[in-house]
Amino acid sequence: MAQIFAYIAHKGGVVDDSAAELAVAARKIDAAAEVTAIVTGSGGDVDKACEGAAKLYAQVWKFNHADLAYPNAEIVRKLLTDVLPKDGIVLIPHDTFGMDLAPGLAIKLDSAYAPDVVGIDGMDGAVMKVVRQEFAGMAHAHVTCDTAAGAVLTLRPGSFQPENGAVSGSVTDKSGDIGDITAKRRFLEVVEAETGDVDITKADVLVSVGRGIEDQDNIGIAEELAEAMGAVVSCSRPIVDAKWLEKSRQVGTSGKTVKPKVYMALGISGSFQHLGGLKGSPFIVAVNKNPKAPIFQVADVGIVEDILEFMPALTEKLS
Amino acid sequence: MEILVCVKRVPDTAENEIEIKGDGTDIERDDLVYSVNEWDNYATEEAIQIRDNVGGSVTVVTVGDDEAEEVLRRQMAMGADKGILLSDDAFEGSDGRGIATILKAIVKKGSYDLILTGAQADDGAAQVGGMLAAMLDLPYASLVNKVDVGSGKTIKVGREIEGGNQEMSEIELPCVLSIQTGINEPRYVGIRGIRKVASVEIPTHGAGDLGLSADSVGTGAARVKRVDYFTPEMGAGAEILEGSIEEKIDKLIELLKAKGGLK
Ligand SMILES: Cc1cc2nc3c(=O)[nH]c(=O)nc-3n(C[C@H](O)[C@H](O)[C@H](O)COP(=O)(O)OP(=O)(O)OC[C@H]3O[C@@H](n4cnc5c(N)ncnc54)[C@H](O)[C@@H]3O)c2cc1C
Repeated sequence: MAQIFAYIAHKGGVVDDSAAELAVAARKIDAAAEVTAIVTGSGGDVDKACEGAAKLYAQVWKFNHADLAYPNAEIVRKLLTDVLPKDGIVLIPHDTFGMDLAPGLAIKLDSAYAPDVVGIDGMDGAVMKVVRQEFAGMAHAHVTCDTAAGAVLTLRPGSFQPENGAVSGSVTDKSGDIGDITAKRRFLEVVEAETGDVDITKADVLVSVGRGIEDQDNIGIAEELAEAMGAVVSCSRPIVDAKWLEKSRQVGTSGKTVKPKVYMALGISGSFQHLGGLKGSPFIVAVNKNPKAPIFQVADVGIVEDILEFMPALTEKLS
Repeated sequence: MEILVCVKRVPDTAENEIEIKGDGTDIERDDLVYSVNEWDNYATEEAIQIRDNVGGSVTVVTVGDDEAEEVLRRQMAMGADKGILLSDDAFEGSDGRGIATILKAIVKKGSYDLILTGAQADDGAAQVGGMLAAMLDLPYASLVNKVDVGSGKTIKVGREIEGGNQEMSEIELPCVLSIQTGINEPRYVGIRGIRKVASVEIPTHGAGDLGLSADSVGTGAARVKRVDYFTPEMGAGAEILEGSIEEKIDKLIELLKAKGGLK
């Protein structure tokens, strides 16, 4: 059985939730595997992250270097290409860093690449059976991944339920193995997202609109409903891309994380990036004209209607 | 600046209900509305704006069948200068690596300063740009939502990271960037624009022209393969409210009151 590695995402030494999820995924590949966690970083941060990783993984490899202080995918890729065996299985979170790192890493390791994996059904010899989604979550697919020459997988955040039970792994300082990590892409700075006129993260009730709103002129219909409900208007990403609402109103992984009591998802399909911004188990009401929209799988209450008819009718009833 | 934009023709998920065929081999494709992948549209727009600012040309390329030509024409109607279709039965069943291998071959035939892809397409894989860059040994940035082209050998790019924050980097040319939605406002193309480019010659290359051996692309080379589409067994899902729209509204208001959703 191939050796399994997990790339540990951390911020300032605090390991990301994905670290525990990758450990669970690794056991689905090989229940008996001794998985090696890879932690890169600099100074006290990397030590702290290694401590966190050692509670989840039997072995932790530490790579400490000033140039690793901020995760630059090109630098990390060069490092991993040098230190990983070519036939290993490498697990990486499917977040914005993983998306930056993993495809190129798979090429450099000459490994198979299975991106955005949401389930692992196990191994059949060297063939791994995984589950993916296509068409904006509207179809699931069984996919095989030939791992004979190694494999890189990115795993969708939230798809693997972390298990309880801490281990006490050992940390090995591998910093001496760091070779040439000069890069043609140099990190400059992080520019924080702008804060807008409203703070949707504080709202108890959100009236959230998606592409189903169809036209900028219809935003007013949602505002009227929000007014009648005493709610705040939020939205999915396409509404912000179209500049119909400000970025500060976007719910999702690349927007805000909200924790309302009630979330009205109106003309929103329910992509994982959108749902990633919804925390604290709100009561979700989904209104969508497509009865098969993925949002109905996560909503508490579903209504199959055209939101452009439904919203004004609800507003009128409330006024 | 010579810019290559890689685009894909995909079923428009905003327009279609996706149905899986009874035997799971594919989705029902008969009545699907196709369009250019949403992310690619932003990539093409960005390329056109860069060209208009600093000069050069924009070439759009796609790997696909004859019907894929329509997305090339659409991007040319937006303002791309040239289109190239890469089409061959041998390409069928390619995984991400296979597609990147085909694109690498066309990149090698030209001389590009900047290669753009969409951040992801209909399979949500977000892989081709990063693979292509690694194959070409060029620097790469994904999820790019800002490109600042100056006169030097480097450009400044912003990547969209979690929480909508923006990671700024400097990157050497030539490079590959995958473009995130929202970076610009893609221009509208009308029927007339498409008509104007309807008769422009679009060169087509197959595996032979590209010097690709049949075993480096297509099903044979693919290490990642889709077995079938399926509908997973889900939990309970939502309680679907039935009845007339008035009945649904009355029921919803009751529920909202109970859950603190109304003032
Ligand atoms: C790296 C990355 C980060 C991302 N971050 C985010 C994020 O933070 N937030 C986010 O939201 N997305 C994000 N996305 C985009 C995400 O993948 C989806 O594209 C997006 O969430 C879709 O928005 P939507 O549901 O409004 O649109 P669609 O998926 O197009 O859904 C529209 C829905 O409206 C329904 N509909 C249409 N018309 C009507 C009508 N008249 N009445 C009722 N229903 C109707 C349709 O049936 C459909 O279900 C991100 C993507 C990437 C790659």
